[in-house]
Amino acid sequence: MTNDELIWRIAGGSGDGIDSTSQNFAKALMRSGLNVFTHRHYPSRIRGGHTYVEIRASDENVRSRGDGYNFLLSLGDSFARNPKEGAYYGEEEIKPLSENLDELREGGVIVYDSGLLDTDDIENFDERVEENNWHVYDLDLRGLAKEHGREIMRNTAGVGATAAIIGFDLDYIEELMADAMSGDILDANIDVLRDAYESVQEDYDVDAHDVSVPDGSHEEEQVLVSGSHGIAYGALDEGCRFISGYPMTPWTDVFTILTQLMPDVGGISEQVEDEIAAAALAVGASHAGVKAMSGSSGGGFALMSEPLGLAEMTETPLVLVESMRAGPSTGMPTKPEQADLEHVLYTSQGDSHRVVFAPSDPIECYEQTRKAFQVAWEYQIPVMVIYDQKLSGEYRNVPASFFDQEANPSLGSTLTEDEIAEAAHDEFGKFERFRHDPENGVSPRSIPGQKGGHFLATGNEHTPEGHISEDPDNRVNQMDRRLRKMRTIRADLDEDERQDTYGDADADFGLVSWGSQTGTVEEAVDRLNDSGYSVKALSVSEMAPFPERKVREFLDSVDEALVVEMSTTAQFRGHIQKETGDYGDLLSSLLKYNGNPFEPAEIVEAAEIEIEDRLDEPSSQTRLEPAAGD
Amino acid sequence: MSAFSAIGNDREVDQNEFTPGIEPQPTWCPGCGDFGVLKALKGAMAELGKDPEEVLLCTGIGCSGKLNSYFDSYGFHTIHGRSLPVARAAKLANSDLEVVAAGGDGDGYGIGGNHFMHTARENHDMTYIVFNNEVFGLTKGQTSPTSPQGHKSKTQPEGNAKAPIRPLSLGLTSGASYVARTAAVNPNQAKEILVEAMEHDGFSHVDFLTQCPTWNKDAKQYVPYVDIQDSDDYDFDVSDRREAQEMMHETEDALYEGTVLTGRYYVEEGRRSYQQEKRHRGSMPEQPLAERYFDDDAEWERSFDYIDRHK
Repeated sequence: MTNDELIWRIAGGSGDGIDSTSQNFAKALMRSGLNVFTHRHYPSRIRGGHTYVEIRASDENVRSRGDGYNFLLSLGDSFARNPKEGAYYGEEEIKPLSENLDELREGGVIVYDSGLLDTDDIENFDERVEENNWHVYDLDLRGLAKEHGREIMRNTAGVGATAAIIGFDLDYIEELMADAMSGDILDANIDVLRDAYESVQEDYDVDAHDVSVPDGSHEEEQVLVSGSHGIAYGALDEGCRFISGYPMTPWTDVFTILTQLMPDVGGISEQVEDEIAAAALAVGASHAGVKAMSGSSGGGFALMSEPLGLAEMTETPLVLVESMRAGPSTGMPTKPEQADLEHVLYTSQGDSHRVVFAPSDPIECYEQTRKAFQVAWEYQIPVMVIYDQKLSGEYRNVPASFFDQEANPSLGSTLTEDEIAEAAHDEFGKFERFRHDPENGVSPRSIPGQKGGHFLATGNEHTPEGHISEDPDNRVNQMDRRLRKMRTIRADLDEDERQDTYGDADADFGLVSWGSQTGTVEEAVDRLNDSGYSVKALSVSEMAPFPERKVREFLDSVDEALVVEMSTTAQFRGHIQKETGDYGDLLSSLLKYNGNPFEPAEIVEAAEIEIEDRLDEPSSQTRLEPAAGD
Repeated sequence: MSAFSAIGNDREVDQNEFTPGIEPQPTWCPGCGDFGVLKALKGAMAELGKDPEEVLLCTGIGCSGKLNSYFDSYGFHTIHGRSLPVARAAKLANSDLEVVAAGGDGDGYGIGGNHFMHTARENHDMTYIVFNNEVFGLTKGQTSPTSPQGHKSKTQPEGNAKAPIRPLSLGLTSGASYVARTAAVNPNQAKEILVEAMEHDGFSHVDFLTQCPTWNKDAKQYVPYVDIQDSDDYDFDVSDRREAQEMMHETEDALYEGTVLTGRYYVEEGRRSYQQEKRHRGSMPEQPLAERYFDDDAEWERSFDYIDRHK
């Protein structure tokens, strides 16, 4: 399939500009008409340490990183050379080359910076090259960059060499460079780019292999965005003008994007002392009438369970984002996992309720974040958007026109002063902020400073006027009303067509996933169906209230279903069973928790094992867990 | 009509307007110092002519947390130690609100100590009243961060091994631009100080000594007290950080020896409040943010304005 797609991997040390270089190249490929998907792998370290970014580009839809790759640009880890002898463990220096060979496809291309890397240090390098029919380009990229004055430009040299090898038009790259820099720096970079391009064309036969840039064309202009951009822009378009947070990977992505944009849109960003404060600030701002959001990753979200409960009890609208990484505790800061599901669903004391959305791609991130604000402000309830490190950092192209939507700054069920004047007040003239009787559970809401609407918000159980109360009748009324809100939300969400299925509608084998694994599962479905199986998939992107009817429809239509999730304990499968009270015999699990997301081939293999009722163990680092009834 | 027409009402306000007529009587014990805070706060609000509906009173948990059950304004009874982050965000969201936060010594200097330090450092334009009775009241008498060393309680049966927090010094060091101490037994001074604190443009920290006749019987009831501004024995410049610091140390040492000094310790004028500083740096809009949502003419920038960078 090398002619259909390019999967280009750039490897080097953290801090060597791998990320920015790859983003620019991905954009250039997108501008040339291709669909792109990026995957970022990095250590929890600032400088040095093996890191890579993969860009998959194809004229076809790309939904995942794919399996393996066919082009390696290995730049070397420049920071591995700097410190004292023995400062790093292992063979840090050669990792950008040695660590990447296992997944390079047969017939693939290797470009390595001979100014930094020596293949003599790598065991059996030449044998492996021969065995796999790899095409090796040893280029002194560092030397070339130095000639033009700046060693850091070796990335540019690598991109120039890439373009020559795959037959990519340099104009796309030069245009992007001109957007990002100017003057001497731009000139030097363009010189390096062209030098590298030309020297490869002169010295090598670039037609000796099958790796080339596919042709592609878009019908309309595209933008390259990550899931975090989707969330940030969804929030802004829905009128969010207050963001408070504490830095924690990978939540920091959303936090920094919004922080940079807030001054431009007249909003406020607050970096505060801890996550308890972060969520409490969002509660305070929301209470005072601003659409506010906060968020964190697992460990930070643990601290937010207090303010989360406060928002629920005081019926203060609140949106919290949880970007999952591998746990428990600090876990693996830069690796994805889907194991905070139960944490997000059940944290906080008492019979607490929240709405939880779980988007699966940047478009859904945008849509569901907007929805999260609508639900939070209409029903006065905390709403969570849960996603993970994978979706947070991977970029995909989306039609630019998608973002051309109406803004919605509406405060939902919040009253104006005129409406407050007409709303119910008790016999003493006091505004009944937490009335018992609304049928949909939503009581009228006022904001400090509004005439006639003052009330006490309290995390204690309270009367309709907001007074603290332990009266049993009042307690039951208030608990019932808050529960009624959840029922209303469930019914309202059910009216939307929730949860699409993918693949053969008649298939009797199903794959079920959630969040960031959805695209990979869909790709696996295509491959399985192409090779003669009949399979379909369901991606669940709303966790609470659970789309029970839709999930039942799907599960009732198959004989067997494999739940694919990045968790050790099959939390998502457990959630389905809890919500439906059923399907113990139907659902088996494919689990992965080694820090890397699924690849399509792993899902294909597991599905084949299940469909054919074989007893094999998966060959990859995944685990198949049978259904409870098996 | 403005969206928040309670704000900026220029009218005479009677302090009884802050008394909720229909609520249960305070559940504080007879003789509790908290009554003094409530009275002083009502008086101060009336003196400033604040409409009850332009005031947001945020409290924590504990006896002090019940303050806003007996004080009729917009109120937010938050969670233990968290009144400050809620309050300061409300002030950022609507800078026209009069925001007051209140909590106890356990709430403010213990569980909420981190928030106290940072809110003071940022110099948010708000007033923070800490009910300091040197003991946990509502949970029945445990040792608090301000309990003296040696104080015996069910959680420290052999006597408190920890030295107490020094609240005034902590407030100053953290960056509060107004620091004062007053006492429930001195209602006139308390009211005056609260008026000043609310008028002050920045973070005002008021350590409010409140006697606890139930759980802290052995401790002094904060009498006799000395008003340092009225006494010739204490001459120092309240705008001088070093002199204020020295005076605070003297006060904090003396308290546990039975001499109660009260008054203004530090008043820093001319420093920008956090809101002003953010506006100065272009990271906060001039107009109170909350008003925009009710403003039909407000412009809402769209993602299309910033999506260009991704093309």
